[in-house]
Amino acid sequence: MKTVEEIKAAIERAVPEAALEVVLNPSASGQHSLRIEPGCALKVASFLRDDAELAFDFLSNVTGVDWPDKEITEKVKVQRMVTKTVDGAEPGTEQAVEETVEETQKRVEPGFLEAVYHLYSVEKREGPLVLRMRTVNRTDQVELPSLTPLWRSAEFQEREIFDLFGIVFTGHPDLRRLLMWDEFTDHPMRRDYVEPDDFEYEPTAHDDVLKRTEAHRAAMAEQAKSGPAKTGAGA
Amino acid sequence: MTVAGAVRKQLPVGWNRPVPIEPEGEGELLEVAMGPHHPSTHGVFRMDVALDGERVIRLKPVFGYLHRNHEKIAEGISYLASMPYTDRLDYVCPITNNWAYALAVEKLTGQTVPERAEYLRVILGELTRFQNHASSIGFFIQEMGASGTPLMYAFREREKILDLFEELTGARMMVNYMRFGGCRVDATPAWLDHTRKVVAGLSAFVDEFEQLLRTNEILMVRTQGVGILTAELAVNAGITGPMLRASGVNYDIRKVDKYGIYDRFDFRVPLGDHGDIYDRFMIRLLEMRESIKILEQALKDIPGGPVMDPKAKIRGFRPKPGEAYGRIEAPKGELGFYLISDGGPNPYRYRVRPPSLVNLTVLEDMCLGHGIADVVLIFGSVDIVLGEVDR
Repeated sequence: MKTVEEIKAAIERAVPEAALEVVLNPSASGQHSLRIEPGCALKVASFLRDDAELAFDFLSNVTGVDWPDKEITEKVKVQRMVTKTVDGAEPGTEQAVEETVEETQKRVEPGFLEAVYHLYSVEKREGPLVLRMRTVNRTDQVELPSLTPLWRSAEFQEREIFDLFGIVFTGHPDLRRLLMWDEFTDHPMRRDYVEPDDFEYEPTAHDDVLKRTEAHRAAMAEQAKSGPAKTGAGA
Repeated sequence: MTVAGAVRKQLPVGWNRPVPIEPEGEGELLEVAMGPHHPSTHGVFRMDVALDGERVIRLKPVFGYLHRNHEKIAEGISYLASMPYTDRLDYVCPITNNWAYALAVEKLTGQTVPERAEYLRVILGELTRFQNHASSIGFFIQEMGASGTPLMYAFREREKILDLFEELTGARMMVNYMRFGGCRVDATPAWLDHTRKVVAGLSAFVDEFEQLLRTNEILMVRTQGVGILTAELAVNAGITGPMLRASGVNYDIRKVDKYGIYDRFDFRVPLGDHGDIYDRFMIRLLEMRESIKILEQALKDIPGGPVMDPKAKIRGFRPKPGEAYGRIEAPKGELGFYLISDGGPNPYRYRVRPPSLVNLTVLEDMCLGHGIADVVLIFGSVDIVLGEVDR
C-alpha cells in the first residue's frame, strides 16, 4: 500500500489548490491520517475515488470526534524588573534589578469538531486511508461538506454524527436525526454534554390536564370550606 | 468476478440515490408504519412505507428505539470494562464482537496474541458464524411463512454450539471471553473433543437444511429476482458480509486483511451472481460449509501453550496516545472499532462501525417497486440485529 505521504503527493499533483496535512499517529497501529480543508474536500475525495491507481471505492467508517476548548496552564520564564535590596549593598537601600521569574500563564486552545473517514479500496484490496476534516469551532460554524454524493455509505453515518455531535453536513440529501428523537435539542456525544435530570420528561398535554385537576381540587376544597358556613347562616 | 472498473466510471451525481417510482392510477397513497412492534422487524425497528395498492413507492427506515449510547458509556469506563458490553451489541454473535474490540485495542498497543489463543479465536469465531447464518436463514424462512420447522432445525444446531460456549466461557450468549493479548480461559482437552464431535455433525445438518430449502418452489418463486442489489451500489454503499458477496464482489476481510491467522486456512469465498434474496440465502448456506472446513483444520492444528500473553497488562491499562481502527469479518459484515487514546485509562473516543446499520442504507433501493410482502423478505435477507444497529 502507498504511504500517506505518497497519496498526499498524488493528490497535490491532481488538485493543486488542495491544502493537506499529514497527521501522524504515534501509536503502534501506524495509521497516519490526512487532514483536508473542507473547502476542497469534495474535489480531493472524488479524486481518491475515481483515480485509477488509488481507487478508494469503499468508504467503511465515518465518525465524529469532539475536541473541546483546551485550557493550557504552563510555567513560563519571564524577564522583569524587580525592586529589592541587592546583596552586598547597604541595608535599607533598594534598587531596580532585572530578574528571571517563573510565572504561570493560562491560554485557551480553541476547540473544534472533527469528522473522520476510513477509506478502503475493494478493487486494490488496500486501506485504510484515514481522512479528517475539522470545523472552525464548536458553536456556530460547524458546517462540513457531506461526502454522501460520492459514497452512499456516509448517508446514515453522517446523519448519526449530525445527531450525536452536531456537525452540519452541507449537501447531504436527508439530514435528520438518526438515533435520538426529532424533538431532542442537544448533542449527547459532545464531551461537555450534561445529562438531564429526567430523560423521560417531555411536556405533554397531560401536564395541562394535571394543572386543571389541581385547580379544580383547590376550588372544591375552597367550596367545601365556605359551603357549610353559608347553610349555617340560614339556620 | 469483481467490480473492477465499474466503480471507477465517471458516474453522474446522484446515481447512488434510490430511483423514484411513480404511482399508477389516481388513487391516494397509503402510508403504513411497519414497526416498531412488528413480528418481522427482528426487534424494535420501524419502516415508514408509502404504498400504491401493494407496491412500495417510498420507504424510510426509522432507528433509535434501542439506542443507549454505547459509545458514550464506553468513553466513561476503562478499556477492559467495555469488553462485556460489546457482547450486547450483536447479541447473536458476541464472540466476534469481542474479537473485533480486542483486535482494535491490540492494534492500538501493539500487543501480540499467543498461537493457541489465535486458534481458539478462529474456532469460536467460525462456530459463531455458523450459528448466526443458520438462525438467520431460519428466521428468514419463518418470515416467508414456513412457520417453525426450519427455524427449529436451525435452533437445534445453535443450541449445541451455545452449549459449547457455555462449557468454555460460563455463559451461553454473553460470553465476555476475549482479552487484549489473548483469551480469558484455556480450553480443556475434553472441550476440544466435544467441539470435534459437534463439528463432525454440522455437515449433515447443512445437507439436511439445504435439501429442505434449496429447491423449495415457494422459496424460489418468492426470492429469485427480488430485492436485487447491483455490485456498484453495494460497494458504494459500504455493504459488507454475505450481502456484498451475493452481489458478486469478491471481498472477504478474512482474505483481504488476513487478520489473526486466517492466512493458514484453506477456504473459499462463495460469490453470488444476481444479488437477489436467493443469492444471499445461498451464500449463507455455502459460507456455513466453508466454516466447517476452517473449523476442521483449526481443530486439527491447534497447538499447546498459553492463551494469554504473559506480559500483557490487563488492569491499570493505559495505551500511549494515538488511534487505531481494527476490523474483522463478522457474520453480518465488517465490524470495526475505532479507538482514540489520550493516554488515560479510558478511551477518549470509542466508535463501533456496525455492519447491520450500514447494510440497511440500501433497504429503500432494494424495496422500491416490490410488494409489501416482499419488504419483509428483503429486510430479512439483510440479516440485522437491532442491538448493533442502534447501539
